[in-house]
Amino acid sequence: MSQTQDITVTINGETIHATVPVRQNLADFLRNGQGLTGTHVGCEHGVCGACTLLMDDQTVRSCLTLAVQADGASITTIEGLGARPDTKALKAAFTNRNALQCGYCTPGMLASALEYIESGAPADRTAIREHLSGNYCRCTGYQSIVDAVCETIEGRQS
Amino acid sequence: MSGPLTDLDRPNSYIGRAVPRADAARLLEGRGRFVDDLQLPRMLHAAFLRSPYAHARVNGFDLEAARAVPGVHTILTGKDLEGVVEPYVGVLSHLAGLQSAPQMPMAVDVARWQGEPLVMVIAESRAIAEDALGLIEADLDPLDPVTDPEAALEPGAALIHDSLGSNLAWERTVDVGDVDAAFAADGVTTVERSFTFGRHTGVTLETRAAVAAFDPSTDQLTFWYSGQAPHMMQFIFAKHLGLMEEDVRVIAHDVGGSFGIKIHTYGDEVATAAAAKLLGRPIKFVADRLESFQTDIHARDHIVKGRMGLTADGKIAALEFDDITGIGPFSMYPRTSAIEANQVLNLTGAPYEIENYRARSRVVFQNKNLMCQYRAVGHPIAMAICDCLLEDAAREIGMDVAEVRRRNLMADDSYPRQSASGMKLADLSHQQSLEKLLEIMDYNGLRADQAQARKSGVYRGIGLVSMVEVTNPSPAFYGIGGAPIASQDGATVRLDAGGGLRISSSVTEQGQGTNGILAQIAADRFGIPIDRVRVTTGDTDTVPYGGGTWASRGAGIGGEAMLQAAVALRDQVLDVAAVMLQTEPSKLDIRDGAVTDLDGSERMTLSDLARTVYYRGNELPSDMKPELVATRHYRVTDFPFVFTNGAMAAQVEVDVETGMVKVLGFWAVEDCGRVINPMLVDEQVRGGVVQGIGGALYEECLYDEEGQLLNASMADYEVPMAAEMPDIVVAHVETPTRTSELGAKGAGEAGTGGAPAALMNAVNDALSPLGGRIHQMPMTPERILKALGTV
Repeated sequence: MSQTQDITVTINGETIHATVPVRQNLADFLRNGQGLTGTHVGCEHGVCGACTLLMDDQTVRSCLTLAVQADGASITTIEGLGARPDTKALKAAFTNRNALQCGYCTPGMLASALEYIESGAPADRTAIREHLSGNYCRCTGYQSIVDAVCETIEGRQS
Repeated sequence: MSGPLTDLDRPNSYIGRAVPRADAARLLEGRGRFVDDLQLPRMLHAAFLRSPYAHARVNGFDLEAARAVPGVHTILTGKDLEGVVEPYVGVLSHLAGLQSAPQMPMAVDVARWQGEPLVMVIAESRAIAEDALGLIEADLDPLDPVTDPEAALEPGAALIHDSLGSNLAWERTVDVGDVDAAFAADGVTTVERSFTFGRHTGVTLETRAAVAAFDPSTDQLTFWYSGQAPHMMQFIFAKHLGLMEEDVRVIAHDVGGSFGIKIHTYGDEVATAAAAKLLGRPIKFVADRLESFQTDIHARDHIVKGRMGLTADGKIAALEFDDITGIGPFSMYPRTSAIEANQVLNLTGAPYEIENYRARSRVVFQNKNLMCQYRAVGHPIAMAICDCLLEDAAREIGMDVAEVRRRNLMADDSYPRQSASGMKLADLSHQQSLEKLLEIMDYNGLRADQAQARKSGVYRGIGLVSMVEVTNPSPAFYGIGGAPIASQDGATVRLDAGGGLRISSSVTEQGQGTNGILAQIAADRFGIPIDRVRVTTGDTDTVPYGGGTWASRGAGIGGEAMLQAAVALRDQVLDVAAVMLQTEPSKLDIRDGAVTDLDGSERMTLSDLARTVYYRGNELPSDMKPELVATRHYRVTDFPFVFTNGAMAAQVEVDVETGMVKVLGFWAVEDCGRVINPMLVDEQVRGGVVQGIGGALYEECLYDEEGQLLNASMADYEVPMAAEMPDIVVAHVETPTRTSELGAKGAGEAGTGGAPAALMNAVNDALSPLGGRIHQMPMTPERILKALGTV
């Protein structure tokens, strides 16, 4: 239970050397080990999507990823999303459309939404709803989130 | 609308505008302050061993191996908390006859539901605590579980509490008019249906969480929690842990969804506070998702037999039903688990002219998790009973479902008046809301589409609901029954030296936008740009005393208190300004953060005024006592509740081969009185509708006969996902409540209360040409195929 391993991981552009329990998941490592509490844990079994972040530019569930699996990888958490080109517009759209209420799903939702937007996919409501179906939101009913993603894509194209 | 509150051309006019919430910025940057984000020095972590059985005698535990795990600090059992925690009982005196048994945070002699806490392990990390849990040997003798509420009332059924002598917690009946004669009258068509409403739960994305810290040197407990009612919890911890109320500080910062789930007294949270007091060290407890499903209160769980009589011209002759609801083994403390049944009796049929109304509800103990108040308490049951019977009866006599409502809805000009159950109603707009709904949904167009689709074997259905929502409760909800729950709320507005406003309120924020609308109201009424307003809520040490946010009361009650406080401070500031400027207060105004003449020309900034008062009082007349802070409180009087109304419609398509229901469209017209922020209200309605869709189509806590919860994971318990949900059209009728100057009623629960009935009606409308009908929620594919007789 106490076995540990040394890892080197780039988190939001900063290189971190750490010794982690091999059983510790990435979410707990980021939250408890690095103080990056913006990554939220909702179900700890990979369904709700709250803990979604970017690992080497791909979305992953940080509750289903062990910290040791991130060795050598580049992690972008909500705290580091601002460095990506579409984030500012997406956050503005979320704010202006109230696409978040309690904010607990928001970090994971932004990561998934950015993945969709950065792929160059169109502002197709059905496709966006499909893409975001791995991220649960219990507050909004999703419509304003879809609106915000569409607005960001349309702004990107104009 | 007219009047000063909606004069959108004034400077600092925020009431009625879609102002984005300031809180969004933090949450979008990952800078929220949720309970699990909190790390305190020397903090320990708690995990709980929970009963694997629905009913079992607790003989004892072998804790030796668990205690030996490195990093384990303390292990406490239910018995260890005897004498530390005073047991609690979930009864209220205004619910006459309601009985429940004393409850402890962890089971002592008998465990009564699967998931009830038994043993608390406190360790240096949650992981270590869970390691130790696995090493505990529990000596439990399984007892016969009582899970079915109807069987629980049978003579000879095993008793969940011997001391109570019965598994019946509470019973209430209502009997108005002459129901039997009305049903027996010539020309009355009667439809009778059996409804089943499954258990579901809130599934807040942030699970329940608490950090308790106790300072033995001052006897002070600080409790950070993810919850809705800090002052209520302050009382509870003081009373049950033997502390003075003023020594208990309860803080709720960001709350990751609540929906009524996080307003109750949970044993694991009480045990966390008790352990912190015993150990003198901070302790954190965060429920995992399994614990959430097993112990967050469940909702609904009703079996209802109902019938409605309709005259040949479509008038409701009589309505009658018999409701039985299972609440788990205890009535939840302190709000009780009888309020839901009480609401069902109070609200069923409330939109309509009904002279003959008879209803009974029985509230029954069972060996399942506790049932208590969740978003739209009782409303989905009440609305479904009446509106589903109404549409079924209309179909029976061949009348259109919109027309049958026109013939029965209370007239918009008939208020104030009472419902059949005796509820005082005022300022409602059922007729106007229905007509607006039919217009925005293009009712006739959808009917034409439905007819066309049927020709090609596509089964679409349209269902409506006309509804009421209980909001802005007076003391009649809880306080009169002895609950430590404030019905009034307070607001404080303070002008600081820099010219900004610091406001605080006893209502709380769980994402609705409470903080945002409080800032809008204060800025609007005081006369300051909203970006100069800072808001504090959720801290018993710093906010006025009040009830918190529940029962759709934040905007209506908290908002009115804020309005009154802002107006009071404005008057106080103008009194000071008039002396300083040697004029009359009536000749001055406050606009854009400055004292102005009535024509808007600036006389002095608020900062200049405040700095003079705070720093250079020598410049003021010596008999002047300036007050740059004002506090006001507000409660609803004359009405027990401020009802709102709405009309909603669903359009669905049922795949008769698979039983799958697709929601094609949803429309909601809501009359919540004065709309403070149309964007936030619309989003409350949409989010509420989607939770209602969840309850109607997907969500259910499935138990087997042994009381084992079968689907306690996110993978097995289905909630609405983005791909399944429709876009939802929201419109408003605004009939301000006469009970306040602000005129705002609540809006947060309407969607959840109304959507299920509209969906059930839509599904039955789709199934009607095939002769199938369904009156069980959730309406799963299997149940729909059974209704069609194909499985």
